[in-house]
Amino acid sequence: MVYAFDYDWIAQYWPVLLKGTAITVELTLVGGVLGVALGVACAWARAYGPTWLQGIVAAYVELIRNTPFLIQLFFIFFGLPALGVRMGELEAANLAMVVNLGAYSCEIVRAGLQATPRGQFEAGASLGMSRLQTFWYVVLIPSLQRIWPALSSQIVIVMLGSAAVSQIAAEDLTFAANFIQSRSFRAFESYFVATLIYLLLAILLRQLLRGIGWTLFPKRAAL
Amino acid sequence: MSLIEITEVKKRFGSNEVLKGINLDVDPGEVIAIIGKSGSGKSTLLRCINGLETIDEGSISVAGAQLLPDELHLKALRLKVGMIFQQFNLFPHLTAGRNVMLSQMVVKKTPAADAEAMARKMLERVGLAQKFDAYPDQLSGGQQQRVAIARALAMQPIALLCDEITSALDPELVNEVLAVVKELASEGMTLLMVTHEMRFARDVCSRVVFMHQGRVHEIGPPEAVFSSPQTPELQQFLGVL
Repeated sequence: MVYAFDYDWIAQYWPVLLKGTAITVELTLVGGVLGVALGVACAWARAYGPTWLQGIVAAYVELIRNTPFLIQLFFIFFGLPALGVRMGELEAANLAMVVNLGAYSCEIVRAGLQATPRGQFEAGASLGMSRLQTFWYVVLIPSLQRIWPALSSQIVIVMLGSAAVSQIAAEDLTFAANFIQSRSFRAFESYFVATLIYLLLAILLRQLLRGIGWTLFPKRAAL
Repeated sequence: MSLIEITEVKKRFGSNEVLKGINLDVDPGEVIAIIGKSGSGKSTLLRCINGLETIDEGSISVAGAQLLPDELHLKALRLKVGMIFQQFNLFPHLTAGRNVMLSQMVVKKTPAADAEAMARKMLERVGLAQKFDAYPDQLSGGQQQRVAIARALAMQPIALLCDEITSALDPELVNEVLAVVKELASEGMTLLMVTHEMRFARDVCSRVVFMHQGRVHEIGPPEAVFSSPQTPELQQFLGVL
């Protein structure tokens, strides 16, 4: 049988889709920026920090990497209020994504740090730089360059994984698709359009990350 | 008073005693070559002088700055002695000019314009004024090593430590680096270099230190060390070269 596509209905739901897309983009940008920042801080702590801090970070990383994102999200949104920590669904979604990407990017960035030749630290030290200055000015950028493709993929995964936040009623793109489907009973069209938008977002995000790579890392630097 | 005072320095890696009581005083403007077989402790001694290795016994001071294992003392010491490495260790993500500017700005808080002026001056001194904007991997090994020298000089050290700085270079590039070192020596820079360039040591150095099994085995002016070695170990070392 041939399915009769019907996209006329979509006109009335454009605002819902746009809002959902905007929220997915917002979640991705906040989650990506803060998550990578958290990951870099954790990678520093795990590679060069004091022993007690290494232990804490290791526990955090293992906890997050070995549990489902959806459960982390539910715990933050439904579980934490029992401790008196209440937040809206968007705050919870943002927090879950930052915490999740922080753990994964910690391990990715750490791999980049550990590939740093010892001579880089010695050169920094011999010029009078502190360990933290050497990390920040000398070691970090080449380390990020080494793992940038892996980190980019992880950020895209987190963007796609953000679909889970619809489960706590954060009104992201998936939430919008579900909503339209339930109103119009046009399941095929609803999810087809959502699929296309996700695909477009992912492609744009990869281009954005590539662009950031080009500006952050000089083209000629050999590692 | 000596510029660098090394007194009874001992250094162990686990149970392996690499330095077994080193004494060496270096006067301002001296150029010292440290020679010896691999494993004799010559690189370790050099690395101890600016705190890349800690010492287990004895003391090291450079122009009054003591080697003590905390960041404040280490920084004070390292501002007085520059170090140049076998593998250059340039920062790959920064241009030659930026390599020379970075530590001035970060450590000495020099304003960018002043740091850049200093960087251009130092790159010109090593013959690389036109390479300010080149990245390290666009440079030959000899050029990279000369940028490393400029980078160390930009911190205005009173002594330079050179750890086999020509050993990683192709033969035809060795001379351009040695020429720069020779120029520094003639300008009165205090230099301590671990080297395998015996001819250079003979021509340029004021004293030669022969290390053997963690001790200063023989020391003296180059003519004496190279022409009439006293100990069988040094005779053998020079013979097998």
